Amino acid sequence: MKRYEARLSGLGGQGVILAGIILAEAAGIHEGRQVVQTQSYGPESRGSACKCDVIIGDEPVKYPGVYRLNLLVALSQDACDKYARDLVPDGLLIYDPLYVKNLPERPLRACAVKATETAEGLGRKIAANMVALGAVAALAGLVSADSLARAVAARSPRGTAEGNLAAFRAGLAAARELRSAIS
Amino acid sequence: MTTPRLLQGNEALVEGALAAGVRFFAGYPITPATEILELMARKLPRLGGKFIQMEDELGSMGAVIGASVAGAKAMTASSGPGISLKQENIGFAIIAEIPCVVVNVMRGGPSTGMPTLPSQMDVMQAKWGAHGDHPAIALAPWSVEECFTTAVRAVNLAERFRTPVTLLSDAEIAHMREVYAPPESVETIDRPRPNCPREEYVPYRPDERGIPAMADFGSGYRWHPDSNCHDEYGFPATNNHAVGDKLVRRLVGKVNDYAEEIHWLSEERLEDAEIVVFAFGSVARSASEAVDVARSQGIKAGLLRPISIWPFPDPAVAKVAARAKAILVAEGNLGQLLGEVQRVAAGRCPVAHFSRVDGLIPRPEQILARIKELA
Repeated sequence: MKRYEARLSGLGGQGVILAGIILAEAAGIHEGRQVVQTQSYGPESRGSACKCDVIIGDEPVKYPGVYRLNLLVALSQDACDKYARDLVPDGLLIYDPLYVKNLPERPLRACAVKATETAEGLGRKIAANMVALGAVAALAGLVSADSLARAVAARSPRGTAEGNLAAFRAGLAAARELRSAIS
Repeated sequence: MTTPRLLQGNEALVEGALAAGVRFFAGYPITPATEILELMARKLPRLGGKFIQMEDELGSMGAVIGASVAGAKAMTASSGPGISLKQENIGFAIIAEIPCVVVNVMRGGPSTGMPTLPSQMDVMQAKWGAHGDHPAIALAPWSVEECFTTAVRAVNLAERFRTPVTLLSDAEIAHMREVYAPPESVETIDRPRPNCPREEYVPYRPDERGIPAMADFGSGYRWHPDSNCHDEYGFPATNNHAVGDKLVRRLVGKVNDYAEEIHWLSEERLEDAEIVVFAFGSVARSASEAVDVARSQGIKAGLLRPISIWPFPDPAVAKVAARAKAILVAEGNLGQLLGEVQRVAAGRCPVAHFSRVDGLIPRPEQILARIKELA
């Protein structure tokens, strides 16, 4: 792997930037890889389009922007519409079917992960981003589930690690089932 | 070394400033510099320092000057529109020779412009934002690590030269996260302080390098920082031609005569480079990648990246101009450093230009295309 580009996207308040930071820490701190994380969002702190890019490389990552995405996590229809076209032909799209109803026409590897519903089922709707991270661990083959779990625990504010890890594991399990169904 | 952490640019900048001894921060929130203020508010009290959120940018700069006069290493941070508001007091700090650090996390456009997007449009403001002939020192990081190291250097240079130092970051660098392990401690420089008896103190009598010793207010040494042209005793001498001439020449000379001490450049693949890209900060990240790709395609490209922007690195540019086939200046403005490179190159080699001013850093292939045109 020379360069792997991941984008987590959705609306402000869904925690996509935090999820991206955790992904970057899993790769950069727990696996010692080269990583650059950037983010962009609108002036509103809730409800505006936001995205978080994580570029992972074997060598230092100089250009922090995206050439072609290897992975897109879309937690809103807008994000899916806007960014799916940036995926490489064999890129992976992980989306929440609660929000993303229309998939891009171009054939790609698309996996529906019920992030919000699963998180709600655990009594923590706010942890949908952690469910999505679990799915990334299972499907993207990018960083190990163990590294991601450690990064989730390290970033969780006091008293929330357990809930976040439960959501993460639920995402991991759901996506593993999905993976075996696909293959 | 400390444990490696995933740090944001603004976060590393704060850690660098604190490591260098900054113990006072005054500011007013503004995107994309706000994290600096927030972190200072959190960290300074624990270090025995002081943080003040002032009523505006003018007040912030004034508070920084006051703190520095009282002996603290002091800093403020803002973005273009806020830096414009600080200029009057920055000019005061220059003539009264008050060390301080001014961070400008650049955004695009004149006025409030493009608040959340990166640019490099304040390069000349960092030099000529205040009126009148004066010295300017400005540094520009390109990574999270350099946010730390340039912050340390900015504080040290302000103390060494008794003048404001500008740190030019931008939204890209400020909000980017990379893994970095800050050092446990850093080398620090303190302003020269008087060691003579109090009654013999002449506040603006320079040493052999043109720098007067600076007494902390409250330490018993009496002096008066004046915005007017002043003599060695700090008293206004606004109609004294000889005093005015001496002061302006000393202010500029105390920095420019020692520019070598300040110059800080990174060179990539310059040994045999025919096409040399000159770029700094976020744009240099794309330029460096473009140079790598050009090399892989057999083009002899290189990168000259100034980490110190002012005083301009004339010797390094002159050296490159003497042997390169062409220099390509790539910057996030419409030609602010282009003119400087042309001035130094003085026709010794062609100087081409690449600009991007839409709030995005260039894609490496855009710079690569220009390199290929020149090769």
